[in-house]
Amino acid sequence: MSKIFALAGVVIKELYRRKDFYVLFVLTALLTLAAGMVNFFHDDKIVRYVKDICLLLIWVSALVIAVVTTARQIPAEREARTIFPLLAKPVSRAQVIAGKFLGCWLATGVALVVFYFFFAAVTGSKEQIWPWGAYLEAVWMHWAMLAIVIAMVLLGSIYFAAPSSTSTITLIVVAGILLLGTHLKIIALQQPEPMQTILTIGYFAMPHLEWYDLRDFVVYDMGLVPLRAVGLATLYAAAWTGIFLLLAWLGFRRKNLTT
Amino acid sequence: MKLSPLSTLAVLLALALTLASGLLQTADQWSARAKSDNLFGMLFGDGRKLFANQFFTMADVYFHSGYYPSIFDQGAAEEKEIISASHGKKENEADEKNEDFLGRPKDWIDAFGRNFRITQHTHLENHNEREILPWLRLAADLDPQKIETYTVGAFFLREHLNRADQAEAFLREGLRNNPDSCEILFELGRIYHESYHDQNRARNVWQLGVKKFIARPGAEQKDTRLVFEELAVNLAHLETDAGNYAAAIDWFKAAQKVSPTAYALQIQIDVLQKKLAAGPPLSPPKLP
Repeated sequence: MSKIFALAGVVIKELYRRKDFYVLFVLTALLTLAAGMVNFFHDDKIVRYVKDICLLLIWVSALVIAVVTTARQIPAEREARTIFPLLAKPVSRAQVIAGKFLGCWLATGVALVVFYFFFAAVTGSKEQIWPWGAYLEAVWMHWAMLAIVIAMVLLGSIYFAAPSSTSTITLIVVAGILLLGTHLKIIALQQPEPMQTILTIGYFAMPHLEWYDLRDFVVYDMGLVPLRAVGLATLYAAAWTGIFLLLAWLGFRRKNLTT
Repeated sequence: MKLSPLSTLAVLLALALTLASGLLQTADQWSARAKSDNLFGMLFGDGRKLFANQFFTMADVYFHSGYYPSIFDQGAAEEKEIISASHGKKENEADEKNEDFLGRPKDWIDAFGRNFRITQHTHLENHNEREILPWLRLAADLDPQKIETYTVGAFFLREHLNRADQAEAFLREGLRNNPDSCEILFELGRIYHESYHDQNRARNVWQLGVKKFIARPGAEQKDTRLVFEELAVNLAHLETDAGNYAAAIDWFKAAQKVSPTAYALQIQIDVLQKKLAAGPPLSPPKLP
């Protein structure tokens, strides 16, 4: 376990040495503050559009950080040939996968905390309320979804040729699930066979990332999601993360690292 | 002849400045887009209307606190409730039932997923209606010819937020962009009548609205009969309150021609005719 944590530590250090996080955070902060300063009909109590914009930027930024950071982990080790001394430590290939996953997940967790703290500070200063319970649920569910995404990207980085292709394909897949995941069954029912069956299988077989998006609950002050549902969704995220990591390990185990 | 780099630079700068000052007048006329007084108009051209519609829909989404059908759900194309609310329509039980676009869960994924979606049909209240205003403001900036934006925005500002001054300013802006809009004139008249209690200005504005309606082509009149009915009925009530029963009857009769509830209007005409037959109303006693 200590080897996995050591590997994870290196990934976290890499995140705060790289500029991705800082650039995205500054961009998010600037756009949110600019949106917050606009005065509509001389009413300074209007706040929900600021929450909406800020949360959208946080979601986009966190997704980009998670995907870009994870996609380059294993290809970079192979390209720099640091994978060989790493595996000679000795560290097993399963530990490399687990360490890389844990590092990326913890690193995005740290980024998320910073982003949501900024969100709470900006919106709280406008409306003078801090629904910490709703914020904690939103952060937790967001982080759980990113675990699935990070595991998915790790799997992609084993099979795809370059980090850029892994990042692009994963971002398209994740965006597709987030936008269409809920509606895929309705779309399937409107299609002729065999498309109806194919889409229905896809609907049941894909990870439902859209469950983890609690932005509406935060923006519209709709209270808390039942804790039992959050717990079950966390288990679902753990199961999908496990599936992707296992597939990544199976691919990485047989991977020729010299080519 | 040999010129030093600095001299070349000076000559080029002088040339650029001369051309810039000389061509400034004519350059303004080259492109119609450059004439746009709206930043969005210059950036997006006519494509801005698509964004305007989206922002107007966002206002309706906010009004429902996120409980809103997507393009895949039934009822996605129905009239927006912020529009019907601005026409004074109250929801009944059947309307509520129609708007339950989610229906029964289709499977366990759908059922479990509803824990993480807003599944209650609510409307903003207690001054939270203000949250729809940014989207209406943006919609108006993107498409100044979209009349509903002004009438809906003004309705919520006046009726729910007690901001008649802002409502009037928003409508005046709409009127500058759409000088022939009887819908905006109707809403403006409501501000004078209900918020400022200035019956003369309300009458003038509504009568102007009727004139603008009559000046419309036949097909357009047919599509916008509702606003004429609203103008005529409100003018009739205004004349009734002022004791001008004959004028009130005329307005009710005009409204009858386009109203789907002509019988209800006939009852009011009958009442007024009885009053008219009974003689002029007593003038209110003068205060000391």
